[in-house]
Amino acid sequence: MIAVSDATLWAAIAALGVCTYLIRWSFIGLAGGREFPEWAMRLLRYVPVTVLPAMVAPMVVWPRALEGETDPYRILAALTVLLIGAVTGRLLLSIVSGIGLLLLLQTFA
Amino acid sequence: MSDLAPRRNPSAAAARPVGAPDDAPGNASGEDPAFSGPLWRVALEGTTASLPFIVSVIPFGMLFGAVATAAGLDPLKAMVLTVAVIAGASQFAFIELLSDQAPVIVAVAAALAVNLRMAMYSASLAPHIGKAPAWVRLIAGFFVVDQVYGLSMRRWAVIPHEPLPRKLAFYFGVAVPMSSAWVACSALGLAVGGSIPGWLPVDFMPPAMFLAIVAPMIRGTANICAALAAVAASLALAWAPWNLGLIVAAAVGMGVGAAVEIRLARRSAGSPGRTEAPR
Repeated sequence: MIAVSDATLWAAIAALGVCTYLIRWSFIGLAGGREFPEWAMRLLRYVPVTVLPAMVAPMVVWPRALEGETDPYRILAALTVLLIGAVTGRLLLSIVSGIGLLLLLQTFA
Repeated sequence: MSDLAPRRNPSAAAARPVGAPDDAPGNASGEDPAFSGPLWRVALEGTTASLPFIVSVIPFGMLFGAVATAAGLDPLKAMVLTVAVIAGASQFAFIELLSDQAPVIVAVAAALAVNLRMAMYSASLAPHIGKAPAWVRLIAGFFVVDQVYGLSMRRWAVIPHEPLPRKLAFYFGVAVPMSSAWVACSALGLAVGGSIPGWLPVDFMPPAMFLAIVAPMIRGTANICAALAAVAASLALAWAPWNLGLIVAAAVGMGVGAAVEIRLARRSAGSPGRTEAPR
C-alpha cells in the first residue's frame, strides 16, 4: 500500500508528468528543423533497431511474471514474432502468432 | 538509387510502409501514393496500423487499473497519472516503488529513468517532424510513445521524403487512438478491478508488440549488427540500476551500427572487387 500524504503524491505525479513530457518534447521541440551533423544522423538511424530490441531482450529472457526465471517458451515465441515480422511485415499476424504459440505451448507442451 | 525504390519492388513485402495496403489508391493511376491523396487517408492508415496495438494494450491498461487499486491509489490520482505520463512501464515502476515504501523522490527518478529512452526517440523524430510549427511540436511531444514512434519510423524508413503534413497526419493518426485506448483501458481497469484472465501472458504483450514493429527494420549488415550488439549489451547490463542498462546498450548498438556502416561504405568505395581495406 502507498503510504504517502496526498499533497506529496500530487506533487510526485506532477513532477513525473512534467519531466516525462520534457524528455519527449526535448529534441522535437528544441532542435526543431535544424539540421543535425552527419555523425549524429548516422547514429540516430539506429535508434529504432537498438532501443526496441534492447528493451525487449530482458523482458523475454527473464520475464517478471515468472520472477525472472527463464522460460524457453517465451524465447521461442519472441523469435517467432521476429521471424514472421521480418518475413511478412504484418503487425497483427506477427503478434498473434507469437502470443498464440506461447498459449499453445503453455497449454499443451 | 531512389529512396522510394524498395517500395516499388513487389517482392519486398516487408518493405511496404505500415498502413499502406497493396491496393493503395494511386498505384493504378501511376501516381505515387506517398505524395498524393487526402491527408485524412494518411491519418486513417496510421489508425489502421495502430489497431493491433490498441487491442494488445487493453489487458495492459486494465492491469494498470488493477495494480493502482491494489496499491491504494485513488482513481482520480491514477487517472491523472495515466493521462500525464502515458507510459505503462514507468507508471508500474512508480506505483511499485511507492508501494514498497521507497522515498518519493526515488520513485519519481526511477520512473523517469524508464522514460529516458524517449529522448532518443525525440532526437530521431526531429529530422522528420522538426520543421512543424512550434505549437504542433508542443502537441506532438506529448505522444512520443514506443508504438507511435516505432510505427512512424517504420513508415518513414521506407518513404523518408514524405511531405511534412503527411508525416504529421500519420503520426497523429497513430498517436491519438493509441493514447486514448491506453487511458480508456486504464479507466476500465480502475472501474472493474483486477479481472485479467490468468492464462493471458500479459507480460509478453509489450515484447510481442515491439518486436513486431521493429522486425522488418532489422535489415542489412549494419542494422543486424546494431541490433545484436544492443541486445547483448542489454542482457549483460540487466543488473544495472535505474534502467540505465537500456540507455548504455542502445548507445553501444548505435555505435556498432554506425561503425559497420562506415566500414562497409569505405569498402564499397574502394576499387571494385577488392574486399580488404587499404593499408
